[in-house]
Amino acid sequence: MPEDLNWAIGGEAGDGIDSTGKIFAQALSRAGRHVFTSKDFASRIRGGYTAYKVRTSVDRVESVVDRLDVLIALTERTIDENMDELHEGSVIIYDGERSTMQDVEVPDGMYGLSVPLKRLAEDAGGAIMRNVVALGAACEVANFPIENLDESLQKRFGDKGEAIVENNKKAARLGQEYVAEEYADLEFDYDIETTDEDYVLLNGDEAIGMGAIAAGCRFYAGYPITPATDVMEYLTGRIERYGGKVVQAEDELAAINLALGAARAGARSMTATSGPGIDLMTETFGLVATTETPMVICDVMRSGPSTGMPTKQEQGDLNMVLYGGHGEIPRFVVAPTSISECFWKTVEAFNYAEKYQTPVYLVADLALAVTEQTFTPDTFDMDEVEIERGKVVDEDDIDAWLNEKEQFQPHFPTADGVSPRTFPGTTDGAHMTTGLEHDALGRRTEDTSVREEQVEKRQRKVETAREQEDWDYREFGEPDADTLVLSWGSNEGAIREALDILADEGVDVRFISVPYLFPRPDLTEEVEAAECNATGQFADVVEHDVLQRVQRVNKYDGVRYKADELAGEITAALRGEESGTQEVEAE
Amino acid sequence: MSSDVRFTDFKSDKQPTWCPGCGDFGTMNGMMKALAETGNDPDNTFVVAGIGCSGKIGTYMHSYALHGVHGRALPLGIGVKLANPDLEVMVAGGDGDGFSIGAGHFVHAVRRNVDMTYVVMDNRIYGLTKGQASPTSREDFETSTSPEGTNMPPVNPQALALASGATFIAQSFSSNSQQHAELVKRAIEHDGFGFVNVYSPCVTFNDVDTYDYFRDSLVNLEESDHDPHDRDAAKQKILEGDKEYMGVLYQDDESVPWEEREGLDQDMSDIPDGAPDDAMDLVREFY
Repeated sequence: MPEDLNWAIGGEAGDGIDSTGKIFAQALSRAGRHVFTSKDFASRIRGGYTAYKVRTSVDRVESVVDRLDVLIALTERTIDENMDELHEGSVIIYDGERSTMQDVEVPDGMYGLSVPLKRLAEDAGGAIMRNVVALGAACEVANFPIENLDESLQKRFGDKGEAIVENNKKAARLGQEYVAEEYADLEFDYDIETTDEDYVLLNGDEAIGMGAIAAGCRFYAGYPITPATDVMEYLTGRIERYGGKVVQAEDELAAINLALGAARAGARSMTATSGPGIDLMTETFGLVATTETPMVICDVMRSGPSTGMPTKQEQGDLNMVLYGGHGEIPRFVVAPTSISECFWKTVEAFNYAEKYQTPVYLVADLALAVTEQTFTPDTFDMDEVEIERGKVVDEDDIDAWLNEKEQFQPHFPTADGVSPRTFPGTTDGAHMTTGLEHDALGRRTEDTSVREEQVEKRQRKVETAREQEDWDYREFGEPDADTLVLSWGSNEGAIREALDILADEGVDVRFISVPYLFPRPDLTEEVEAAECNATGQFADVVEHDVLQRVQRVNKYDGVRYKADELAGEITAALRGEESGTQEVEAE
Repeated sequence: MSSDVRFTDFKSDKQPTWCPGCGDFGTMNGMMKALAETGNDPDNTFVVAGIGCSGKIGTYMHSYALHGVHGRALPLGIGVKLANPDLEVMVAGGDGDGFSIGAGHFVHAVRRNVDMTYVVMDNRIYGLTKGQASPTSREDFETSTSPEGTNMPPVNPQALALASGATFIAQSFSSNSQQHAELVKRAIEHDGFGFVNVYSPCVTFNDVDTYDYFRDSLVNLEESDHDPHDRDAAKQKILEGDKEYMGVLYQDDESVPWEEREGLDQDMSDIPDGAPDDAMDLVREFY
């Protein structure tokens, strides 16, 4: 267990909670400490309780915990909201001169430090800096040298002018000095040790955005939605440096179609949204998939259904990304399990998309999106990024893919299921494609054998990918333990730390963290599956993989079953044969 | 681009399955002529089609093409153009695609003013689903789903375009082949979003908005003193309820395409085989 400090600032939305918390988190990161942040927030601009929490340690921290050591409470409600996490010895910093805070009762055994935040802020140059006064006070409690705040104050306020920066530095010091003088007799156990380590601090949405740029994504279209908006905001102003563009669409229907258009033009293209946006995008998902267009669709999950709880955690969209959309079409589903993996899985997702000419759902969740975590910069070693574009055909080798009429065949049924691809502008590469079932030329067909050929070709890409890629899971804990816990997505960090707690209690557990939901690794062992939803969608998937007792008789040529034909199929299946034009898959 | 491109180069070897006499034949021919006459060729042209009879156009033309889902042709076309501004992008769809299921996208595509051409094959009926009211059907037009008429005024596409900040608005008629090709050509040459609404009669399901009706009622602006650069004059013509006009209703010569205003001039398909050289700077921003 890391020697950690758990700190929070809470108040009303609009009180500057986020920016104050970020200043502290950055200061800790710059001082060579690991940081893991989380947010309690409501979907409002003003009003409603909100908090920014920081867990920090010299060792790596991978999760939030149910313990709060130092709390800056800008409102009385902040104390109530966090009562479960506060403990004997916790420190609560509040402004006792504020009319709404005069009656605050600090629970027995905790330290209540009343600091005149507003008055001291005014002394430093303006009441607006009261949060920074509180930060200074907290630094004194935690024995964290106040100079450590200076760099992040500069970063936050530098563009407002040197005077503002200096005022904020002064405000922090006034808070620190006030506690040092007025509460000199109190001794706190906290001691924030600094190190020479060099860390960067970022959240999952930012990691996805950075991964996209690294992977060569040049076109992003999206519509603002919590908790995916940070992806778009990160890319805006940055992707342009590399000749790319972020387009804010009129809705999610347009967003995915804009991204599809760009992808057809040859750009690495993506959109990011949350569940309600995926609902809308599902309309066009089938078109992306059947036209075999590479695209990354990022779903940053939040609580559903409908508008649900927009600022709360859930992993409830797994079924939708695995199965959403009418008809049947392969799609890949990749779910990063940590913030650094948000970067690397984004890079992978673009490669899978182009190598297998398929949409890839990149599934993150709110817990990854709004959590900031420290990493050494080489965690994101850009030299390790490899871009694989798959079967792109240019003028020089196009002849091999033309038919006898010199027509390019974008859906040619190759042995591995992956067809050649030309970018518009390529001489002799002109071709169409359509959401209608199509032939090798991309033209509409209702021919039963061509239909079967194209269905099989698209499925074949999955088999090819299964063979060519490593669909590994990440494994932690005791390899020989009797208990195996299985999970996916953002739970990895919390489970890893839980394993440490359990090990201390003498309970050995093996933990498999699964980043690939489709195609996915072999998961047919006795397990417990932990996930943030009510019905166990991932558990269903694992059960599906375990149970393979159904003998399958399938028909997908577009013609309904005929009685005599079906009788023959059943007989053949019972004999374990394949016959006629029917496909029989007995497992 | 080769200089000897003929309009038949834009024709595929697939025979159209439109009903004999359908206005879409003439509409498509004009598009192909206009593309050839503006120096384009099939390898630098991208045609996006919507759903409906009009949506089949991608199959009958030869170029890079995508036949999308219903109503979303415009965002598809915009995505293509922004990713590679060197391509000639032409979006074609019907009145249902453009002004019913895709009406929201129409407004925003007009606002965005990307340099592309939007040809709406407006037959004032849903033909492919065999004769239901469309957003441009007259309010007393009786169909299988509106036996007493729709009792709603039709959408006025030009008014919608003008109100959304259009920089080029034209009305065409598929059987006026020469003028139609010329109007599409002017839309292609326009620096921005060139909107050409084409009366493209449905001979099977619309017995009201027929060739004869359009021939008799259309007033040709080319034969009048209408100045398409005069926005007020355009507004007046567009909002007149009792007349149908043919020609360029409005054109803003000062139009600068959105992609130019945003500084986009790269082919985004062209990327390195690894992260950008200075990509570690992105990491360092998080210090």
